[in-house]
Amino acid sequence: MSEDTTHPIAETLLFVDGVTVSFDGFKALNDLSIDVQSGEMRAIIGPNGAGKTTMMDVITGKTRPDAGRVSFRSTDLTRLDEAAIANIGIGRKFQKPTVFENLLVWDNLELALKSKRDPMTSLRWRLSSDDKERIVSTLQRVGLADHYKKVAGSLSHGQKQWLEIGMLLMQEPELLLVDEPVAGMTDSETEKTAELLRDIARNHSVVVVEHDMEFVRALGVRVTVLHEGSVLSEGSLDKVQNDPRVIEVYLGR
Amino acid sequence: MISAPRASLLGPAGLVFLVIVAVAGIAVPILNLAMPPASPLHVPDYVMTLAGKYLCYALLALSVDLVWGYCGILSLGHGAFFALGGYAMGMYLMRQIGSRGVYGNPDLPDFMVFLNWQELPWYWHGFEYFPFAMLMVLLVPGVFAFIFGWFAFRARVTGVYLSIITQAMTFALLLAFFRNDMGFGGNNGLTDFKDILGFSVQAQETRAVLFFLSAMALAGGFLISRIIVASKLGRIIVAIRDAESRTRFLGYRVEHYKLFVFTVSAMMAGVAGALYVPQVGIINPSEFSPGNSIEAVIWAAFGGRGTLWGAALGAVVVNLAKSFFTGALPEAWLFILGGLFIVVTLFLPKGLAGLFRLVRLRRVKPQDDSENFKIAVAE
Repeated sequence: MSEDTTHPIAETLLFVDGVTVSFDGFKALNDLSIDVQSGEMRAIIGPNGAGKTTMMDVITGKTRPDAGRVSFRSTDLTRLDEAAIANIGIGRKFQKPTVFENLLVWDNLELALKSKRDPMTSLRWRLSSDDKERIVSTLQRVGLADHYKKVAGSLSHGQKQWLEIGMLLMQEPELLLVDEPVAGMTDSETEKTAELLRDIARNHSVVVVEHDMEFVRALGVRVTVLHEGSVLSEGSLDKVQNDPRVIEVYLGR
Repeated sequence: MISAPRASLLGPAGLVFLVIVAVAGIAVPILNLAMPPASPLHVPDYVMTLAGKYLCYALLALSVDLVWGYCGILSLGHGAFFALGGYAMGMYLMRQIGSRGVYGNPDLPDFMVFLNWQELPWYWHGFEYFPFAMLMVLLVPGVFAFIFGWFAFRARVTGVYLSIITQAMTFALLLAFFRNDMGFGGNNGLTDFKDILGFSVQAQETRAVLFFLSAMALAGGFLISRIIVASKLGRIIVAIRDAESRTRFLGYRVEHYKLFVFTVSAMMAGVAGALYVPQVGIINPSEFSPGNSIEAVIWAAFGGRGTLWGAALGAVVVNLAKSFFTGALPEAWLFILGGLFIVVTLFLPKGLAGLFRLVRLRRVKPQDDSENFKIAVAE
């Protein structure tokens, strides 16, 4: 893998352009526009109901927008279904850890491993030694090498979160969408997760949705604040924390 | 050193199951044909026929378990695929009657003569040929399941809604097959069969062969199912069962996977129905009745879903009980069936198979908590 941490030619990877989503008249997203550069790591924060998860749903094809466009490089994502979006290189980690509890840790990674996804290929599937090495290196990277033979359901909460991040890595996505990766984690687990994400961001574009300000600070990246379905403020964490509109939304009213 | 953990193709329980089915498939016909009736080892004809029926039910339960236990599709309409396979076989057997029917018409089955039909409907053509009929045994339920599944799974109908529409499907077929102008014998169905491939269906030897074939079909269905569930595809359908949308976000087209197992399973159910019909001598629309499909689900639940062999065992045990109680205490049978279902749901969530596992785990002390899970997955 490349150790290159600089991205001299910034190129827009994901462009959310004027997206509106309403549920029964309530506008979960209101003319939302965000762009993420190739190689960038971005944190998205915002109070409950700001539209963070809905934004993820729109990008990954779970929810169709009422208006607006989402493009990934030059592909219009709003025309694709979840599976197609996953296969062009967007991986998603859910808010609640969702691993396949009845399958082994190893199997969770093997299912996520980038490969042809049709039933006939899966039926005849044989693990190549290259693929095996990739799984082993991911196991080590997310710190689950000692647990690979365990059923995923028997892992601790934090371990499940890491397993899910590992599954994301196996998909080899260009863009990772990570929804509240440290919710419910202990301090040391949070620290380890921040380290893991920073490491991943060296060769992937990452969008992290998070409530935990300490964690966002630890990531040290550009922050976008959402409020009532649109962008309220954007910039470094210090800049947005001093933005009077952000202070009002978080503390006031 | 980390090495890829692999689920074995059969596992100890699967191996024992296959051996038992194979031994029974060979021993029962031999004990029936070769032993003199006076011998205590002799298997009477009626026992062999009854047991042959159970084997067909076992294959049906197995097919239900494949879609329900592994892919989470609770089909309450699998009896329909069983019946479709049965009708395909029945049509072949009807064509073999020839001019030996009551009306002596060499070209038309009796019920068509009775309805004053002048010629054979187009969809009856070809059924006089055994290979064609056998192809239809697989294709008719398979294509039907494929089309049904195509619409249902693409529309993302899941859970109880899917169960309800599968019930509606079998009920609709029940009503359709009741109609005389469908051309499948209406209310009476297809019966009075004479021979199969030139051998009398009543003959003891034919019955012995049918029993043997039923056992082989069950063993074959089990092997095919094991190959499916032990493959990566098997782990994907378990993933779909447990977290469908997560599987989609990994890039898998969930509907294609569901369609694959649903169609394979429907074909297995069709084979079971095709073997059932010559052994019981009749196929009529009541085979489509919703209750039959529900019973098949009860067999799988009672035996232990998600184990395959457990579902087959469940079918045999419940039907043994049914045969016994409908003779001894006919009024009580439905209460007993209901009671069985309640007991299993409350005390044996993993069915009979879970009971065996419990006994085994008590003997072999598990090393850690995940042992229980692991066995559940490995088998």
